Amino acid sequence: MKFCWLILALFAVGCAQPAEIRVGSKRQPESVILGEMVTLLARDAGVRTEHRPSLGGTQVLWKALLNDDIQVYTEYTGTISAEILVDKSLRDLEALRKGLAAFGIGMSQPLGFNDTYAIGMKKDLAGKLHISRISDLHNHPYLRFGFSNEFMDRADGWPGLQKRYDLPQKEVRGLEHDLAYRGLVSGAIDATDLYSTDAKIRSLDLQTLADDLHYFPAYQAVLLFRHDLQAHRPAAVASFERLQGKISEDAMIGLNARVELDREQESRVAADFLASALGVQATPDSQSKVARLWRLTQEHLFLVTVSLAAAVLVAVPLGILAARRPKAGQGILAIAGILQTIPSIVLLVFMIPLLGIGAKPAIAALFLYSLLPIIQNTYAGLHSIPENLIESARALGLPALARLRLIELPLAARTIFAGIKTAAVINVGTATLGGFIGAGGYGEAIFTGISKSDIGLILLGAVPAAALALVVQWLFELAERALVPKGLRLQSSG
Amino acid sequence: MLELRAVSKSYGGHVALQTTNLTIPAGRTTVLIGPSGCGKSTLLRLMVGLLRPDTGLISFAGEEIAPANIHAVRRRIGYVVQDGGLFPHLTAYRNVTLMSQYIGWKRERAEARIATLAELTQFPRAGLDRYPAELSGGQKQRVSLMRALMLDPDVLLLDEPLGALDPMIRFDLQADLRRIFQSLQKTVVLVTHDIGEAAYFADLIVLMRDGAIIQQGTLDDLTTRPADPFVSRFINAQRRTLEILGQSSS
Repeated sequence: MKFCWLILALFAVGCAQPAEIRVGSKRQPESVILGEMVTLLARDAGVRTEHRPSLGGTQVLWKALLNDDIQVYTEYTGTISAEILVDKSLRDLEALRKGLAAFGIGMSQPLGFNDTYAIGMKKDLAGKLHISRISDLHNHPYLRFGFSNEFMDRADGWPGLQKRYDLPQKEVRGLEHDLAYRGLVSGAIDATDLYSTDAKIRSLDLQTLADDLHYFPAYQAVLLFRHDLQAHRPAAVASFERLQGKISEDAMIGLNARVELDREQESRVAADFLASALGVQATPDSQSKVARLWRLTQEHLFLVTVSLAAAVLVAVPLGILAARRPKAGQGILAIAGILQTIPSIVLLVFMIPLLGIGAKPAIAALFLYSLLPIIQNTYAGLHSIPENLIESARALGLPALARLRLIELPLAARTIFAGIKTAAVINVGTATLGGFIGAGGYGEAIFTGISKSDIGLILLGAVPAAALALVVQWLFELAERALVPKGLRLQSSG
Repeated sequence: MLELRAVSKSYGGHVALQTTNLTIPAGRTTVLIGPSGCGKSTLLRLMVGLLRPDTGLISFAGEEIAPANIHAVRRRIGYVVQDGGLFPHLTAYRNVTLMSQYIGWKRERAEARIATLAELTQFPRAGLDRYPAELSGGQKQRVSLMRALMLDPDVLLLDEPLGALDPMIRFDLQADLRRIFQSLQKTVVLVTHDIGEAAYFADLIVLMRDGAIIQQGTLDDLTTRPADPFVSRFINAQRRTLEILGQSSS
């Protein structure tokens, strides 16, 4: 009973003050900063707005937008044509707008900056060699290039670039992007690929070379929002459309640098920008580490308790059925076994089209993962009851259901309980993957931390997740004493 | 009391019980005896409906045992297995009262019945609060017997009730059991492979081999008028050891 109240309380926490608009963002800091700006501007128009930061990649955000889980997020024109509409002939904004309209999605004017691929060099080297455009590289065949592996492989990466500019350089290597930056600094390589709003441009004092032959497609930042948002909350849309044409490449590099390098909060950075560029005074959501940890803990517990409770309700009867009907049992155990072999990330991604993003798909995936240990242990527990006890119960004249309730389940209790404990501990760990699909919990801190290379943030998620697993283990051991009949404990110790 | 007509049972090609007719007389003690695998336990389990016969009919007090009445029949039969079959998660008290509680006996009625049974089985009332793991083998069998007798059944079935006990305890319990059978005047069917035990308890001995009844009668019938050379061999095999020991010591 207390358990039920706990679940209800967690629901209440999760459902307090429903937002009228939910803003999504990708895991990159740039997307989170823009999401904060949109959120603050919508609030400035008097609309209750909530930001769901770091939800995932393009496909997750796009599906969330179509599902109405979020109503607006920032996207790049190049991504819209290549990954969303999958039609590279869509070059101009009008064509994109028309393509998106078919899905009921509207697109703002560009926000100003273009976050595309660029070629970068150390500023002093570029100055010495008088290189300011990619064409200028033609005259320096001895330069050494180190590109990210992705850029090396993509047809629209290095192979196409070399052809378009007829570049003569022979020493071209693929390597990890972080190593490429270090190589630039140490002088091991002379140029690398980067994003045109990369914070490193400023911190490492790099120069981006002009794409004078217009090889790289445009990745102009735009806002994507649902048409029905325009219809129901025109004031909010008008308010965040004030960002159109307001963010230059330089400004965006600066904002990225403040978050990635100076470790400032995205909301603070966004609010400062709005104040200086639009004259909007907005109060950023600021959350202390403790408050954030408390919120993550609540979200994590919510995912674990709901999925585990549902799994117990379903898996114990299935385990009983498996023990009673050997043929059906083989099938049940096989299916639960197969579910267990699906990598958790894949299972989560499968859930998105069915259940959208957020807690629902995460709970569904965790539920499925929790089934096998509980079914298996229920089955094993019932199966291992000595035959003479089963016969004694039958010979007493107890009907089947009464035998199950009075004799068989209590005798299997310890094994069943061990299965639930296993499921719970695995569940606490797996729930961190909920950070991938906007379910919150410790995973949110871990994955955001990874994308920002913020060790502190990673630990803020990882340490409590490990601690929670231990606490859960310990609580279950306490509960075992209360739930496993005394006679059985005597038996195993005697 | 129990009547088996043309009953047979096999498990996947192995015949456990050939077509058999048997009448268990009311108010008497019948012992099923034979070497292991002879079908005596199969016969006992058919009587309490733990097994369904492949052919034939089994009737209890003139009524055929069928799925519809099986629970009612079982409540009129007490059943004791070799090591007691007590439920380890329940105290001795809960083991004994499980069924009476299930069918809604009042507490006073159960208490009165338990007092009678504790007296009858020589089991201390205080021991009833213990769990089976805290009881000795002989105590477990006494509790198991109380459980079997709780609803005051018409028939008591015992499957090698002394088989797992060491000799001293076995001797005590054996004497108590005979006293109990005699005082209750119930229909008792007991399975054993020990001819001495059979002779000690039985009004009627049913000797079995290879899933068939070879002979039934008193011990005297079996020794003086064996129906088959196997009967004499079986009886002598167990008697001879004692006689040889007896001769060598005198």
